[in-house]
Amino acid sequence: MSKQITTLQAINEALHHAMESDPTVLLFGEDVADPEEGGVNGASKGLSTRFGDLRVRSTPISEQAIIGAAIGAAMAGMRPIAEIMLMNFMTVAMDMITNHAAKLRFMSGGQTAVPLTIRCTTGAGFGTAGQHADYLEAWFAHTPGLKVVTGATPAEVSGLLNACIFDDDPCIFIENLPAYWQKGEAPADPGARIPLGQARTVRDGGDVTVITYGPQVAVASAAAEQLAGEGIGVEVIDLRTIVPWDRDTVLNAVARTNRAVVTHEAVRAFGVGAEIASVIHEELFGQLRAPVQRVGAPSSAVPYSNPLEKAFMPDADKVIAAIRKTLN
Amino acid sequence: MTSANPVQPDKTVLLDMYSKMSLIKHNDETARKLLMSGRLPMIYYSPRGQEVIPSAVSVNLRRDDYICTISRGTHDMLAKGVPLDALWAELAGRATGTCKGKGGPMHITHPESGCMITTGIVGSSMPIANGLALASQIKGDGRVTVAYFGDAASNIGAFHEALNMASVWKLPVVFVCQNNRYGEHTKFEKATAVAKVSDRAASYSMPGIHVDGNDPLAMHAAAREAIERARAGEGPTLIEAVTFRFFGHVFGDADGYMDKDEKAAAMAADPVPRYRQWLMDQGHASEAELAAIDTGHESAIKAAVEKALAAPWPDPSELYKDVFTHELAPA
Repeated sequence: MSKQITTLQAINEALHHAMESDPTVLLFGEDVADPEEGGVNGASKGLSTRFGDLRVRSTPISEQAIIGAAIGAAMAGMRPIAEIMLMNFMTVAMDMITNHAAKLRFMSGGQTAVPLTIRCTTGAGFGTAGQHADYLEAWFAHTPGLKVVTGATPAEVSGLLNACIFDDDPCIFIENLPAYWQKGEAPADPGARIPLGQARTVRDGGDVTVITYGPQVAVASAAAEQLAGEGIGVEVIDLRTIVPWDRDTVLNAVARTNRAVVTHEAVRAFGVGAEIASVIHEELFGQLRAPVQRVGAPSSAVPYSNPLEKAFMPDADKVIAAIRKTLN
Repeated sequence: MTSANPVQPDKTVLLDMYSKMSLIKHNDETARKLLMSGRLPMIYYSPRGQEVIPSAVSVNLRRDDYICTISRGTHDMLAKGVPLDALWAELAGRATGTCKGKGGPMHITHPESGCMITTGIVGSSMPIANGLALASQIKGDGRVTVAYFGDAASNIGAFHEALNMASVWKLPVVFVCQNNRYGEHTKFEKATAVAKVSDRAASYSMPGIHVDGNDPLAMHAAAREAIERARAGEGPTLIEAVTFRFFGHVFGDADGYMDKDEKAAAMAADPVPRYRQWLMDQGHASEAELAAIDTGHESAIKAAVEKALAAPWPDPSELYKDVFTHELAPA
């Protein structure tokens, strides 16, 4: 068995490798330097000691200023990684992200590039309620000019983070908080990059295709495992990149199975799943044996109380129910 | 000129400042004429009356220094050296514009002359200026970044976040607040809890300079002090340059909210002819020399406008270009 590491270790090693290999890579965010313990979760531990205070900086709690500084530095030829502690805190910097980072290349006619990576973490399951746990990827996916990326395993998180850091466009890199302490196979090389826009087929199956990303990859895989016992073949696709998403892999897969389910932890209504389901319907309508099903959180804030939070999160049972709907 | 500035810039600088002011004034007059005639419909924020500020700042800047400006920003751009042809083509929405017609009047960008961004969002020039300055600090390239903004922008959260961070990190940035007395239609005093924006510098432990932004010598001295300080690695400065905008918020605005006497007095004290007269009175330039500067600009502007209006429109395929580095398949 190859080396097992946590997602946090994978992130930390990828950051070390990126900063080592390119002096233009910078990191700043709240508490990220070593005197502040390398971030509240320790994701950036060791970096300021190794690469110095010029390149690795703890910032004031000023999200607009953090993203603004990252945009300006990116325009001047650096590759900044701005850490926004939690995805919900990106709301405080939305002007900088959506009016500026996303649009400056287009609005300048290609003269200014913003090779910026915004790392953030989120996810329900920790009892942090409605202002610390939202999956907001659809907002960013709806803003042309941003790439939106999330990984499901330590190796995937590492490879995608590296790809984002060295990509010439602004990337929103979403890390799943509950997965930080989960172990998985280490990447063969901490500097390896997984190309953006390429999905991964997690498991094959001939009856239905489940398209997902992030923490729902494990949920969908558990659902597939359970249904395999009944002789139902469930294919699971991990998108890895939400923008640009891998239409070819998804459409080719659904063209084989003729049934599809899209699942994500984000609120179902107006979510990423709606876009993917629509494209599948547009492209494969005549071949589909059933309407594409969508699984996601209900239209409420992430609740605090444990049973409520469990009911809120899309679990394997909900994915199985959606799969069965496509089979009937 | 009332300034007690001890070190007067030499004649070349004095005339350079005049040349920039004259360029801005004539450019604005042309823009308003084109709007009135209907030849070039566009969203336009006249900088007339504010010519002195960026002219005095820019003669203290290097070509490779950066500026970040705002929608009322053609004066800042021209003073920094954005070329007329590309500027006018962009105002006209043409393929030959600075931004290939994709940004327009509120978003002129021209990195070659150091104009890194023009933002249409009040307050957003400052956080981005910090980042440019941060890159200079890390690279040690000696560049200075100037963030221009209006008085109203000192009331938005980005001002506070950006000035605090710039001071904590001692960034080579100069914050130039052009206090033209109104934020959109609302008078400065009605929206701002301090009498002087420059007093706010105290909250960030940075120098705050309050200056008559229509006095070229005083403005030059203030800008030089702040720019030298930034370049020496001593950190940011907040300059509040008091001025007045002659033609309201956005072109077409009827000025109903404005104090008529205040406006009349400001226009009577028009800083451009006043400085022109001073240059002659002091023997720095003759009428003929200054007239040559003026007519040179007038003809260059006229030529740029005609060229712009004859230039091609952008191709619809441009919609899909420059969104990302590499064009993505249509979604």
